[in-house]
Amino acid sequence: MVLVCILVLPLLGGGVIAAGRGRPTFGWTGVGANGAALGLGIWTAVRVVRTGPLTGAGGVLRADALSAFMVVVIGTIALLASWIGIRTVALELANGQSTRRRVATYGVLVQAFVAAMLLAVLAANVGVLWVAVEATTVVTTFLVGHRRTKGALEASWKYIVICSVGIALAFLGTVFVYLAALHAGGHSANALDWTSLMAHARHLDPSVMRLAFALLVLGYGTKVGLAPMHSWLPDAHSQAPAPISALMSGVLLAVAFYAILRFKAVVDLAVGTGFARGLLVIVALLSLAVAASLLLTQRDYKRMLAYSSLEHMGLIALGAAAGIPLAIAAVLLHILGHGLAKSVLFLTSGEIMAAEGNSQIDGVRALLARRPALGGVFGIGLVALLGLPPFSLFSSELLMARAEFDVGLGWAAVAAILAMVVIFVAVVGHARHMLLGPPGTAVVQAPPPGWVSAPLVGGLVVCGFIGVFAWPLSGLLEAAAHVVAT
Amino acid sequence: MSGSPFTSTLTLAVGAVLVCAVTVVWLSSVRSVIRVVALQGVALGVVVLVLGVHLGDPGLIVTAAVVLAVKGIAIPILLERAGGGALTRETRPLVNVPASLVASAVLIVLAFVASRGVAHFVGSTTGGLVPVGVATALLGYFVLVARRRPIFQMVGLLMIDNGIAMVAFLCTAGVPFLIEMGVSLDVLLGVVVLMVLAQRLRSEFGDLDLDELTELHD
Repeated sequence: MVLVCILVLPLLGGGVIAAGRGRPTFGWTGVGANGAALGLGIWTAVRVVRTGPLTGAGGVLRADALSAFMVVVIGTIALLASWIGIRTVALELANGQSTRRRVATYGVLVQAFVAAMLLAVLAANVGVLWVAVEATTVVTTFLVGHRRTKGALEASWKYIVICSVGIALAFLGTVFVYLAALHAGGHSANALDWTSLMAHARHLDPSVMRLAFALLVLGYGTKVGLAPMHSWLPDAHSQAPAPISALMSGVLLAVAFYAILRFKAVVDLAVGTGFARGLLVIVALLSLAVAASLLLTQRDYKRMLAYSSLEHMGLIALGAAAGIPLAIAAVLLHILGHGLAKSVLFLTSGEIMAAEGNSQIDGVRALLARRPALGGVFGIGLVALLGLPPFSLFSSELLMARAEFDVGLGWAAVAAILAMVVIFVAVVGHARHMLLGPPGTAVVQAPPPGWVSAPLVGGLVVCGFIGVFAWPLSGLLEAAAHVVAT
Repeated sequence: MSGSPFTSTLTLAVGAVLVCAVTVVWLSSVRSVIRVVALQGVALGVVVLVLGVHLGDPGLIVTAAVVLAVKGIAIPILLERAGGGALTRETRPLVNVPASLVASAVLIVLAFVASRGVAHFVGSTTGGLVPVGVATALLGYFVLVARRRPIFQMVGLLMIDNGIAMVAFLCTAGVPFLIEMGVSLDVLLGVVVLMVLAQRLRSEFGDLDLDELTELHD
């Protein structure tokens, strides 16, 4: 029942927004609905850690600790993004870049997007997961193209074509998993349930499962944005409205990675840990290399943030490759930390873009002096993103590296650290350009209103808090890690 | 393979799916390509129907009806609308027709080599036909990268989807009914999204080749 409510609440919020016919204030119902879903997610997490998995909707939905953790991550980022979304659409309306109708469509699609992601992580069944991930593609295509400029349309076309091919490969992978499950004696009605797959995992045919997992990593990896299937990512993230970039980068990538994480657990049991580990190490290092080389020469700050997502997905894939409970717990903490820092940064970049009128790194100067509030949040967000203490990305990166050394992937960890050093230098260089410098003759601009700054600062505070104090999350992370760890 | 009615009808329908795929590679008129893809959808529906009748599975027969309705009728009509009125031919494909046909032959051989393992694992008549589905998907991928009009890219995606759906049905007699419905609905929605986008692209850029989309780069 609770699980059904978690899914229905965002949709109800969307319904009210539709009834509001594009008045921006109706966006608050979306914020309320997503906040309520987050609250229920936290309640579910507490329940699951204490008493074990919950099911709902006649067994279609199931929440173990991993699902509950992902619901909390989605809820948190959705709350931030829908909050700032009100500001975004109000500004667009005021500038005449949008119409009431498009504001209403935008609000409804955002809520549908959130619901689809929640369904993906709560699905008890591999097939339903696939349908939900495909649904996120369909919904977000319109959101990426929301501005209807040439660039936005180009980005959304590339996005749907590349992701459709990816998701088709994931479907083929799912079919092969089903084939193996039927041969292992699964009953056709529930052969695709996670619980049944895990129970039969040792009897699944290894050669079919290897092929299936390769297709699943290629397929869902396209949605994660892992290299070499990443080419849609910088375009979509730079062209979408800021709240959509925040949702996509902060959680959608992680939701697709969640699918890989679950399948990896099954494949590890079926064919041993070496196969999945090798595959993930390759895509992880490739992603890090691509991110590092393109960040060095980046001229657009939203694309810079997008390539940084590629970097962090690479780090997460490398952590998952290690696969021991410590590594998985660190991966999950990293997903949350990256989600918070990156969404705050994208949301702030939206404010900067609205104020400065361009997204070029060269076009923004002396932000700290001219716009202290925006520049400050952006700067602190970058500090968090680069993995400096006290923010949680510091601890999660440290823990992932330690786990990688523990399982003999030390060489890969060293390669990753080298890439991170390059990225650090590149991002600090770009940030110095944007933030520092004399204000010149320009006057100090007024900060954005308090209700806009509050969630941005709040996101960073939470990211710092979980970096210092692990206790609110440690039980949940530990339980979630054991669901899929080897 | 034996000559039972089941085997021969199934082989015929599966063969028709591949023939349609090759025909799409060969043709350059938008209207005929849409007709051929509709035919491919119908052939896929027949594949599912034959499997359903053979196994006596009512769920599969309903699925066959849905596949026929969605892929044989609904999607082609949508494509016709998206493509209608616009340019009716692919004028400058990246790869010309004779080279495309040679590439198709190579891809088909590749599909048979690559999917031997799975075909053997599935066994029996249906297993032997799995490579045809893989070949169809590969040809779809070829159309996707070799053609430059939005409508052909949509057709390519659809062929990938048809090929993969056929593999699914041949391997496992289809994934469970509910999921199959979800999948069909998603594919339909995906095509609608593509169609709307194609129309917006047209109103924004006029008739375009996709390699004219060059706003975004590093």
